[in-house]
Order: sequence, then structure tokens, then C-alpha cells
Amino acid sequence: MKKSIFLGTLAAAGLVAGFATAGTLDDVQANGVLKCGVSTGLVGFAAPDANGVWEGFDVSFCRSVAAAVLGDSDAVEFVPTTGKTRFTALASGEIDMLARNTTWTFSRDVDLKFTFIGVNYYDGQGFMVRKDLGVASATELDGATVCIQTGTTTELNLADYFRANGMSYEPVPIETNAEAQQQYLSGACDVYTTDASGLAATRATFEDADEHMLLPEIISKEPLGPLVRHGDDEWADVVRWTLNALVSAEELGVTSANLAEMSAGTDNPEINRLLGTEGSLGDMLGLDADWAARAIAVAGNYGEVFEANIGEGTAIGLSRGLNAQWAQGGLIYSPPFR
Amino acid sequence: MAMADHEAPKSFNLGMLIYDTRYRSMTIQIVVLILFMLGAAWLVDNMLSNLAALGKPLGFKFLSDTAGYDIGQRLVEYSSQSTHARAALVGLLNTLLVAALGCLLATVLGVLIGIARLSKNWVVARLMTVYIEIFRNVPVLLWIVFAMAIFLEMFPEPKEFKGENAVATMDLWNSVILTNRGFFIPNPQFFAGSMVVVLVFVASLVGIIFFGRWAKAHQERTGNILPTFWIKLGVFIVPAVLAYFVMGQPIGLELPGFEGRGAIGPDGEIITKGIFRVDADRGIHLRGSLMALCLALSLYTAAFIAEAVRAGIMAISKGQTEAANALGLRPNRTMNLVILPQALRVIIPPLISQYLNLTKNSSLAIAVGYMDVTGTLGGITMNQTGREMECILLLMLCYLVISLTISAVMNWYNNSVKLKER
Repeated sequence: MKKSIFLGTLAAAGLVAGFATAGTLDDVQANGVLKCGVSTGLVGFAAPDANGVWEGFDVSFCRSVAAAVLGDSDAVEFVPTTGKTRFTALASGEIDMLARNTTWTFSRDVDLKFTFIGVNYYDGQGFMVRKDLGVASATELDGATVCIQTGTTTELNLADYFRANGMSYEPVPIETNAEAQQQYLSGACDVYTTDASGLAATRATFEDADEHMLLPEIISKEPLGPLVRHGDDEWADVVRWTLNALVSAEELGVTSANLAEMSAGTDNPEINRLLGTEGSLGDMLGLDADWAARAIAVAGNYGEVFEANIGEGTAIGLSRGLNAQWAQGGLIYSPPFR
Repeated sequence: MAMADHEAPKSFNLGMLIYDTRYRSMTIQIVVLILFMLGAAWLVDNMLSNLAALGKPLGFKFLSDTAGYDIGQRLVEYSSQSTHARAALVGLLNTLLVAALGCLLATVLGVLIGIARLSKNWVVARLMTVYIEIFRNVPVLLWIVFAMAIFLEMFPEPKEFKGENAVATMDLWNSVILTNRGFFIPNPQFFAGSMVVVLVFVASLVGIIFFGRWAKAHQERTGNILPTFWIKLGVFIVPAVLAYFVMGQPIGLELPGFEGRGAIGPDGEIITKGIFRVDADRGIHLRGSLMALCLALSLYTAAFIAEAVRAGIMAISKGQTEAANALGLRPNRTMNLVILPQALRVIIPPLISQYLNLTKNSSLAIAVGYMDVTGTLGGITMNQTGREMECILLLMLCYLVISLTISAVMNWYNNSVKLKER
């Protein structure tokens, strides 16, 4: 009896004590696999396809990091996390990085001890309703029953928005996207709220997508980005500059089509530094010279990844909007490779 | 001198702790206990230092921070400006509510099904067997999700009540609204004079108890059995109803109704603003999540209770029934006076663990969006504050206290019905 209790507690403590003390970069290279936390299934961002292969906007970024660090875009173990389990998984070392539509907020950065390495999608919380509800604006939602995906900033924004506008509502908190959809589609909720990109992705999977619409109000700022544990700056730099490499590649005109040609050397010194034919940026990161070229080779630059997974050509149909390059009036901007 | 050689040494030496059978078992137990405590201390120390290394030292100050989120079903005052501790309390009360309702319903269903399974009617007995086998062999989470799915599909949406030629209508003379968001039932209203009716009702309850005692004494004295059930029923209903009409009907019902775009307003006009919905301020809202959860938990647990009841009844030897028959007792009196009092002693202990199971299973509530303590403290609060260790410890403490309380109450009851040895 005592023995089984002892072993049980030992196992429980093992989980708590499980995080590694060596650098994450060394751990990943030693293991030969990158453990990347993604969502449990959000079409366009992270979902397994018919053959069980993970694909999507966030998944593609995990593969780019794996390609940069390990030289193999398939050396990724995708760990599906819910809104509730994701931070525990990252803090405990179960995953090396998290790319799961996670909003960069003060308390998550400072109090939860994570390092957000940048923003790969500028989003905001929106509302989806049935067209026959006859509502044209979120200010007409007084008294509505609202389905919320729990474990996000969503329920706090929602509470603030309804309180600020003096409206009442009935919250129906749901753990996963699938169950929230069931409640919304059966009419148990008037409104479904989460990040606008998530709503667009969810709506794209409905049989009667045309019967539903997003309300024009965006009630919050939701800068979504990948994050790593606090306190391991070498690893944070690797992930941060992988994202910057994808963004810079789009800005500099490096695409999956011309990557091989440009890797041979160009007249533009910044492209040369990015792709490793000039300077020693890879060395500084603790990687080899063509790390960035491998990251870009996975699925192309930031713009190509966007268009292939969530862009206007896909069922999700998101326009670039805020997520255009800064030169095109968007907010996507990378510091220089120098 | 030879005698002195055989005398046992009086002095105590350390080797005796292992080689002397009088001390050995004690020594081993103490050593194991010390090792166990050292192991536990190492684990706790490990946890604390690792939390400190993460920059999250153990602390409960976050409980007094503003929660910032809303909860639909709340039994006490709560808003998004309340604290996390208050949110945890709201969740705890919701857990207790669903556990209490579930235990009650499971007991009633379980006893009926358990007895029906022993029925001489072949069809009834087999039907109950099928019920028990289906329910206790499928995980309870699936029953909960299934109950919610049926609930969502079976009842109409509020908008189907809308307009002149609505698809759905209100039930029971327009007093209840059954929608897939929950049931809306009338809310009792107490006006001046209602206290008299309540007092009369309480007085008749007291009367029933005294009448029962008197009837029992009368039966023991004379052997005459009075028709106590009908008399008690009469005392239960008649005085309260008389008082109700004498006082001019001081207790009323507030009926649920609709409001928002498309509903009929107080002056008969069609309202043109807002979302069509059931008026949240009138009537009582029984949420679908509560009912689906309660139903699934109690149907599941009832299957186990039914087996406990059947086992209890079958544990009473057939000789007891035959002896009662020989004394001339009719079958229902045999059941009530001879079998059940003895069977209860066998039924109560497994019943306690079924109550505990039901309470703990209620933590699956988040599957249907019911905000119990796991959903508030162990869900949104944990996620918003990032205090996993503290939240989980508090949550475990909550369930431990609830379970121990249920155990204590049920053990007290068990002691009161168990065989008194004289």
C-alpha cells in the first residue's frame, strides 16, 4: 500500500520535475525531433489531413523551425493542445515551442513566464451569427446566448465588451471547437465568438456556410504568435529569427520557386546574408550557414504560407489585411538581417 | 554459578531491535515510515524549488484578483468584477447542486429498478437487466455528451416559438417553455398573507408526525391498523389549500415569457428591437447543461445502485419471507417490514461509494458547458492566472472535503440502521 502510494507520488513529481535544465536547442538537436504544440484541429491553422499528416499555417512554421534546426521538416512531433493545456505543456517542457493561435498579452509574457518571439498573425475577436437572426451589429446582441471557446482571452474580452455597452448575455463556455460548433449549429447559442480567423476557419467547414456571417465589430486586439519558455534566449533567438527569415524572404522576393537560384548568390547583400552565402549569421545562432534557406524551402516565404493555408484562394478565404507586408500597408515587418 | 549463566541479560542493546521478535516489526515499520516521509519531503521540496526556478513560487494571492469572466448559472451573486475566489465558490455550489440532484434521482431510480429486476414478471425483469448492462458498461462521459446531444436536437430553438404561426408552442397551459437552451418554469411569488399559508402547512407536517406516532402506539396497544396513508395525505393537502383560499390566494406564479424582436409586447404590439429570446428575468431557467448532466449521471449511477439493491434483497434468506408469510403478512408488508429493514444494512455501504462516484464524475461537466468547480477554478481561473499547482491543489481539497462529508453523513446513517447487538 505504502509502496504504491510512494511510486504514484514519484510519478506525479516526475511530471513536475520533468523540464530540462540544458539549453532547448541542444535538447532538440540531441533528440533529433522538435516537439511542437499545436491546436487540436483548426482547419487552415493546424489540422491533420485525410492521411493523418498535419498541415496548416502554424504547422508550417513548426516545420520551418525543424528544417532550420535539424535539417528535416518532417522531424516534428505535433502535440495537440487545448486552450487549457497549452501553457502547462510548454512550461513543463512537454513541448519545445507552441504555435497555436496564442494571443500575446502582458500577463502571459510577464506573469506566466513565456517569451513571445513575434507575431505571425494579427487577429481580433469577432462574432458569428446566423443571417436569419436579423442582427447587423454586435451592439444589437443584448440578451444573446453566446458560445465561447474556454481557456482563451475570449471570455475576458467578451465580458468587458458587454459590460462596456451595458448589455446582458448568457455565456455558454465550451472546451473545444468541435463541441462549440455542435451547440451553435443546433441553435442552442445565438452567437459564436472567438478570434475572427478561427471563426472564418470554422465557418468554412459548415455545410451551409452562406447562412452564417461574421459581424463587422472586432472587439479586441489579438496578436497571435509562437512562444517559448522564458529564460532560454538562445532557443528564443532561433525561433524568432526563423519567423523573421520567412518574413524577410517575402519582402526581398525570395520564393520557393527562385530559392535555389538565389542560394547560389545574388547582387543583393541582404539576400546573401539571409541565405548564408555572405557573412556568418548562421554561426551566431549556433546553426549552419543555410539554416534560413532550409526554413524557406519547406513551404516558401511568409506570403506563400499564408496564401496556401488561409489565403483568399482557400476555403477559409482570409485577406491579408493587417497581415500584409509593411510596404503594402500591413503590420508584417522583420528587423534587418545584418 | 551455573544458574547465573542462563539468566537473560537485563540490559537493552541495539541489536535487539532487529533480532528480538518483540521489537522487530516495530523497527521495520518505523524505518519504512521514515523513508516514506523523507521521500515525500524530497518530492515536495523538488516541486517547490522547480516552481521557484520557473519564477512561479506557490502563492494564493491570485484568488483575490478580479476574475473578469461571466458565469451563466450562479446560485450566489456574481459578476465579471468579482474575485477568482468568488468564481470558485459559484462553481463549488454548482457542483454541490448537480451532485445533490443527481444522488436523489439516482437513488429513486436505482431502488425502483433494483426491485423491478427481481420482479416475477419476465419482461420487466429482463428489461431492467438490459438497462443495467447498457448503462454501466458505457463510459459516463459518453452518456453525458449523448444526453446533451439529444437535448439539443429534441427540443425546439427559441425562434420556433416566434410569430403568429409559430412551429412550437408553450406547454401546460402556457406555463412552461421547453427549449434546447433549457426549460423555463414558473417562479412562485409570495404576497402579503402567504406566511399564514406556509405556517399552516408546517403545522400540518408536525401534525402528520404526531399522528404517525400516535397510530403506531395505538397499533401496539390494540392491534388495530389505521389507514394512516390516506389520513396523512388529507392532513398534508387540505389545511394548506383551505388557508390558501381563505387568505385570498396570496401565492402566485410568475409565468415565463418571450421578449425581443418578434415577441408580443405588454400592449399586444410586436417588439422590433433585440434578439428574440425567453425573458431572463421572469420564471426560473433550468439550463440544458444542468439537466443533461444530472440525467446522464443519475441514469448511469442508478444502474450501479440497482445492483446494490438487488444484492441487498437477495442477501436476506428466503426463510425470512416464508416466516413472514406463515405469520400471515401480505407480500408488500413482508417487503416493508421484514425484508427492506434487513436489506438496508447490506445496501448502504455500496450506496456510499456510488454517491462518491457520482459527485466525482460531475467533474466531467465541462463537456456540456456546465460551470462546476472544475470549470471555474480548474478551468478558466487556472488558465487566466497560470497557477496550475495552486488551482489543482485547491480543487483536490474541494472534492476531498465534499467526499468526506458525504461519507461521514452516510456512515452516521449506516450506524443508525445497522444491527444493534445487545
